[in-house]
Amino acid sequence: MSDIMSIPAPLTSKDLVTDQDVRWCPGCGDYSILKQVQTVLPELGLPREQIVFISGIGCSSRFPYYMETYGMHSIHGRATAIASGLKATRPDLSVWIVTGDGDATSIGGNHFIHLLRRNFDVNVLLFNNQIYGLTKGQYSPTSEEGKITKSSPYGSVDHPFNPAALAMGADGTFIARSMDRDPVHLKDMLRRANAHKGTSFLEIYQNCNVFNDGAFEIFTEKSSKKQETLMIENGKPLIYGANAEKGIKLDGFKPVIVELVNTSANDLWIHDETDRVKAGILARFFDDPSKADHFPRPFGVFYTENRACYEDGMNQQVADLIAKKGQGSLDALLRGRDTWEIV
Amino acid sequence: MENTTEVLEQVIIKFAGDSGDGMQLTGTQFTTTAALLGNDLSTFPDFPAEIRAPIGTLAGVSGYQLHFGSVNIYTPGDTCDVLVAMNAAALKANIKGLKKGGTIIANIDGFDPKNLRLANVAVNPLDDNSLDGFRLIKIDVTKLTRAALSESGMGTKEIDRSKNMFVLGFLYWMYSRSLDASIKFLTEKFSKKPEILDANIRILKAGYAYGDTTETIITRYHIGAAPMKPGTYRSIMGNQATALGLIAATQQSGLPMFYGTYPITPASDILHELAKYKNMNVRTFQAEDEIAAICATIGAAFGGALAVTASSGPGIALKGEAMGLGVMLEMPLVIINVQRGGPSTGLPTKTEQSDLLQALHGRNGEAPMPIVAACTPSDCFTMVLEACRIAIEYMTPVMFLSDGYIANGAEPWRFPTQADLPKIKVDFAKDKNGGEKYLPYKRDDKLSRPWAIPGTPGLEHRIGGLEKQHETGNISYESDNHEFMVRMREAKVNKVADSIPLQNIDNGNESGKLLVLGWGSTYGAIKSAVIAARAQGLDVSHAHVRYMKPFPKNLGSLVAGFDKVLIPEMNTGQLLGIIRNEFMIPAIGLNKIKGNPFSATEILNKIVEVSA
Ligand code: SF4
Repeated sequence: MSDIMSIPAPLTSKDLVTDQDVRWCPGCGDYSILKQVQTVLPELGLPREQIVFISGIGCSSRFPYYMETYGMHSIHGRATAIASGLKATRPDLSVWIVTGDGDATSIGGNHFIHLLRRNFDVNVLLFNNQIYGLTKGQYSPTSEEGKITKSSPYGSVDHPFNPAALAMGADGTFIARSMDRDPVHLKDMLRRANAHKGTSFLEIYQNCNVFNDGAFEIFTEKSSKKQETLMIENGKPLIYGANAEKGIKLDGFKPVIVELVNTSANDLWIHDETDRVKAGILARFFDDPSKADHFPRPFGVFYTENRACYEDGMNQQVADLIAKKGQGSLDALLRGRDTWEIV
Repeated sequence: MENTTEVLEQVIIKFAGDSGDGMQLTGTQFTTTAALLGNDLSTFPDFPAEIRAPIGTLAGVSGYQLHFGSVNIYTPGDTCDVLVAMNAAALKANIKGLKKGGTIIANIDGFDPKNLRLANVAVNPLDDNSLDGFRLIKIDVTKLTRAALSESGMGTKEIDRSKNMFVLGFLYWMYSRSLDASIKFLTEKFSKKPEILDANIRILKAGYAYGDTTETIITRYHIGAAPMKPGTYRSIMGNQATALGLIAATQQSGLPMFYGTYPITPASDILHELAKYKNMNVRTFQAEDEIAAICATIGAAFGGALAVTASSGPGIALKGEAMGLGVMLEMPLVIINVQRGGPSTGLPTKTEQSDLLQALHGRNGEAPMPIVAACTPSDCFTMVLEACRIAIEYMTPVMFLSDGYIANGAEPWRFPTQADLPKIKVDFAKDKNGGEKYLPYKRDDKLSRPWAIPGTPGLEHRIGGLEKQHETGNISYESDNHEFMVRMREAKVNKVADSIPLQNIDNGNESGKLLVLGWGSTYGAIKSAVIAARAQGLDVSHAHVRYMKPFPKNLGSLVAGFDKVLIPEMNTGQLLGIIRNEFMIPAIGLNKIKGNPFSATEILNKIVEVSA
């Protein structure tokens, strides 16, 4: 072979660090997410120039400035729409959208659901901190009912969105949840999100230690994590509890919490990522953890599906039409159908 | 029966009927035939605002006006010479626009008691002498059509659908035209439905024959070819020309086109047109809303596409924030506004030039962008191509203004060939421009910044809507830098003036008593009015601005050469204010906000008044 392939040195996480000072508040959950992303990306074997991070507005949306890749910090709620146009014309790129609960589910709600239904092959990282941080602490569309904030001194009367269920409803083809405080799980979910062809939606519970500290403590702290979270894995039974003593079983379409002492593991709900109906039920595990008999909060991949991506369909049409009609001639187009001569 | 033939210079025909009567088709067919005969012409359709307005009512009237002649024609015409009224509502809605002594061709069946009731007319105007001032030709089109097809085996409903062909045939007879072009058209259109084709041709011929056989004495007319520049012509509508201009820009730049848009009247036809030409490197994206449309376009531009979005006023308002992002990112982007009557939802199917100030200022902060405006249907081609060129050359969003009048109006076009068109040079950045670093906001002598697209190794960089530091593009809240950058963005846009033609005088002298200064779709009416005024011996000139920001460099000195400047606009005086402000001259406005264009007479009257 006469070609000499120049193989660039593999990326390290350091290669992804920019010269910009990271401006999040000390202790913010965003730091951990940035670190996990910078750790996972080099493993994916992509050259840096093929990666694009696009964000909207909010604390999380500062993310692209800290990634030594191509990036755009756009306007509130629109990262999803901008990424759609980029991916449509540049299917070769690895496109990552960084958004927040306000950015994606409030001001950008419309673009968010349309991105999911069109199934562009992009990754969406939704940093959910259940608060507006950048504007200094108003309740967000994912804040719990009754939430006391600056804009809701008597408690919010808004019913919250559950982003995973919302994504299910919008026909998302990859829906997962993780948390800032579980780097191993988060990295795993990032890898899974990247591997999925189609819109990969990863909700990340992120602590805003300034305006909503401890919002997810019950899921992230050692003392309660095992009781309150349900780490779902494909093909595995739904088991949780401090000593893995509890399980979930389906009674028809009704999930039931059972004690493993009384129930054989064979009777438990076995997680099947490709089962849309069951994923829908699982995504609806969204109980207030302070309530008695509440269900644990699931983390992991709820659902995956292989469905055609918008950009492939769009570019296929172009290819098909060229195959059928040939590259169009501008002169023929300008001439049109009916012409006449003036001499 | 003996008929006389009279030679005419120009004729204006208005075809009017119910939306279902096929008047648009009748009009465009007559137009094609006129064009093939070498007439100059200009047309304008007049659609009902409601898609399915009740049959027979005023709201359901659809019209098509054609002005053709053996002389140069610049507008679809003011009042018409001939009104084709397929029903009572069509007559009622259009009689005001018929010249005194003009001809009415009325379909008798459309004036039956039911139609009169639907049109809210108490007495049949065909019988009560109210039309005495006109020449009335009553034809029972429905009856004649049914009779001609009685043996066809077709149902009445189907038969009635071809009655517009009867009218068309009759008009061809009246204006001494051949049926060939329409027969060719029908043959192509109904190639798979031989019975319908046969019926339509039969009725077309029956209409023609009716002229020969009718007992009434009807004058026939002859309108010869117009003195037009030799060449090959086609008919073109504004929105169609815009689509072709965009495709031309794609070809001339070698960039794939991404057209992100959301359906809106009167811009949607550009999408319909472009969507057909995917084999010409065009990708159309019907977004979920106006905001997504422009944002997807920004994403495509970031990736290196020729990125275009289009809308009309209300949609442009929604795009405001994203346009500001485009300005901040200094991203090549073309934003098309096919203006319509405003504010708010306004008059979607009517025309207005009321978004000039929105184009200039409709964004938060000081977010300047170049603006170009087309002045005729075919000029949409030239100017949208210019918009693309400026966007790419100067790395900036550019606004292209059209309006409902030229978007839907048609004229003959001596179309160019690809070889006549300028190339658009695209230079994607390949190398670091700042030693070790890539500086995304380092400027060239045009003050333009480099376009480094993702996938280019070593040029990884981040851009965004926050204020940028000069050259590095990093976030900067530094006060001097902010002022510098605000002024820089303005200076860059003004620099576009280096690359555009100087303002010319369209008609008349370089200086003198009165300059009529127009922009956009008022071109034809001003042109006709100024020709007429000069024929009366008035010292008046016409200049038409197509580059609205920045202005051509000589515009100031040009307007200063006239004692008076008159600015006709379909708004309350937007260019007027800008000209007064920029050049400190007491320009005079002529303003019309009726949802329909100026007539040449309206402008002529004002010229006479101002010249006195
Ligand atoms: S306000 Fe909250 S979310 Fe924002 S940077 Fe600070 S801690 Fe993080």
